This record gives sequence, C-alpha cells and structure tokens, in this order.
Amino acid sequence: MYRSLFPRDMFAELDRLQRDVQQAFDLSPTIRGLGRNGFPAINVGSTPNSIEVFAFAPGVDPAELDVKLERGLLTIAGKRRSELPASETDAAVHINERFEGSFHRVLTLPEDADPEAVEAKYRDGVLQVSIQRRASAQPRRIAIQ
Amino acid sequence: MNAAQTPVTNPRAAHLPTDRQQRAPYSDAALTPPVDVVEDSGGITLYADLPGVSRDKLSLNIEAQTITIDAESAMPLPDGLQPSHTEVGLARFRRAFTLSNELDSENVSAEFSQGVLRLRIPKASHAQPRKVEIKVV
Repeated sequence: MYRSLFPRDMFAELDRLQRDVQQAFDLSPTIRGLGRNGFPAINVGSTPNSIEVFAFAPGVDPAELDVKLERGLLTIAGKRRSELPASETDAAVHINERFEGSFHRVLTLPEDADPEAVEAKYRDGVLQVSIQRRASAQPRRIAIQ
Repeated sequence: MNAAQTPVTNPRAAHLPTDRQQRAPYSDAALTPPVDVVEDSGGITLYADLPGVSRDKLSLNIEAQTITIDAESAMPLPDGLQPSHTEVGLARFRRAFTLSNELDSENVSAEFSQGVLRLRIPKASHAQPRKVEIKVV
C-alpha cells in the first residue's frame, strides 16, 4: 500500500523483490496468498498471551468498520468515503493515490485464538485488534511428583 | 584498532567509527504516504494518509517553494510483541512538494484527524481568477 513512487526508495524495491522471490519458491502457498496488497495495510504480531493485528486505515468512520472473528478467520471490512469533489464542479483532481471505496481483508489466525476475547480500538487512523490466546496454549510448568 | 579507547557497544559494528554505530544505517528511510490533490479556483487542497501519527509527531515545513510533510507514527505496543507479518515496515512518513508561484505559501492551513492530514494552500490574491473587462472600441 505504501508503495514507493520514487525508484530511490530502496526498502520498497527490496520488499517487492523479496515478495516476488518468496512467491516463486513457496513450498506450500496458502490459498489466501501473501496478502501484501490492498487497503488497509496490515501488520500482525504476537505475544505469548495474545495476537495483535494493526490495520492502517486512516479517515474511516468507525461506524463503517466491521470487524468479525469467526472460525479462526479475522475479517476487517468497511468503506472509506472519498473526500474528492464530484466531477461536475470545476475542480481538477491532480493526484489521486488514496484508496476510496469498500474494503474487505481476511486473515487466518492460529488455532489458539480465542474468539470470545477480542478487543478492537481505533486510534489515529489505526485499527488495533487484540485477540487473546486460549490459556491452554500458554506454556505451563508440569510439577514432578 | 585500539579497543581500549573507543567503547564498543555493538560487537558486530566494531569496525565502524563510533558515531556510525549509534545511528542505524537506514535511519532516514521513510514511507511515502499516498495523497490526493485537488485544485479549485481558490487554491489547492491536499489530503495525505498518515496512520498511527498523533498531532505532536507531525511536522509541516515550508521552505522556499517546497512544502515537506514529515511524520512519525507511534502506537502503544504490548511488551514482547513478535512481528509475524509486516506490511508497514517503517514508522516514518515523508513527502515533499514544490509549490508554484501563484500559491500563497504564507497562508497554508492544516487540519489533522484520525490519521488524515488536510492541507489548504490558497492562491495568492493577485492570482485569483478575475474577469477581464473587454472594451468595445
């Protein structure tokens, strides 16, 4: 999403190259692909207790955001309205890079994600979804008799 | 190399001069935020997506005829977070634009909410559209 428009951005070029190579040599390609494109951009991380998903969706009305967790799939969907004027007015659109319209992204979560314990926060244009992991998946010491 | 003189903080970077060690090699790397730019008779409106950026981490600079947007995104992260999938790999956004002469860079106004920056750059009053009187001879 935050692609580089300028060839001198080394990170974006390397990232794209890495993705292409990864896709060419993937031994077990998931049916949902690598999911690198699309709005909103997503970062996923995990702690021993939870899975954290960050969706970068600035300027979305929280009432239009729909977050669902069902059978191990997290869906982030919604709509972002365009701020651009209607074509009848005498305004010229010079640059139009920002995403506008409906979006729908799906992520698979690991088996220990607990669908009963999900929290979502929208702040500074980032949707942060926190899913607790089921307690049984957390490492437990076994006492030796 | 005299190891006793310069304290080496990172053993792998021991061969680099000390000030290079402190700075990560790609510290100036930034993402290019997507923008929308619309022009009407009164001026130009620019919208930029800067998610994760709070008001105090956003800076707008106008120098000569160039406007630069520089922002840092910061989100409260839980302790011990291990990233597994990263699409936004940098916490910095930067983009610059050259303004043309008829734009009034002294009167730029900006609004920032939920990660969207809205900049309004009016046209200088002498550049506003004016009807030209045609004298009939």
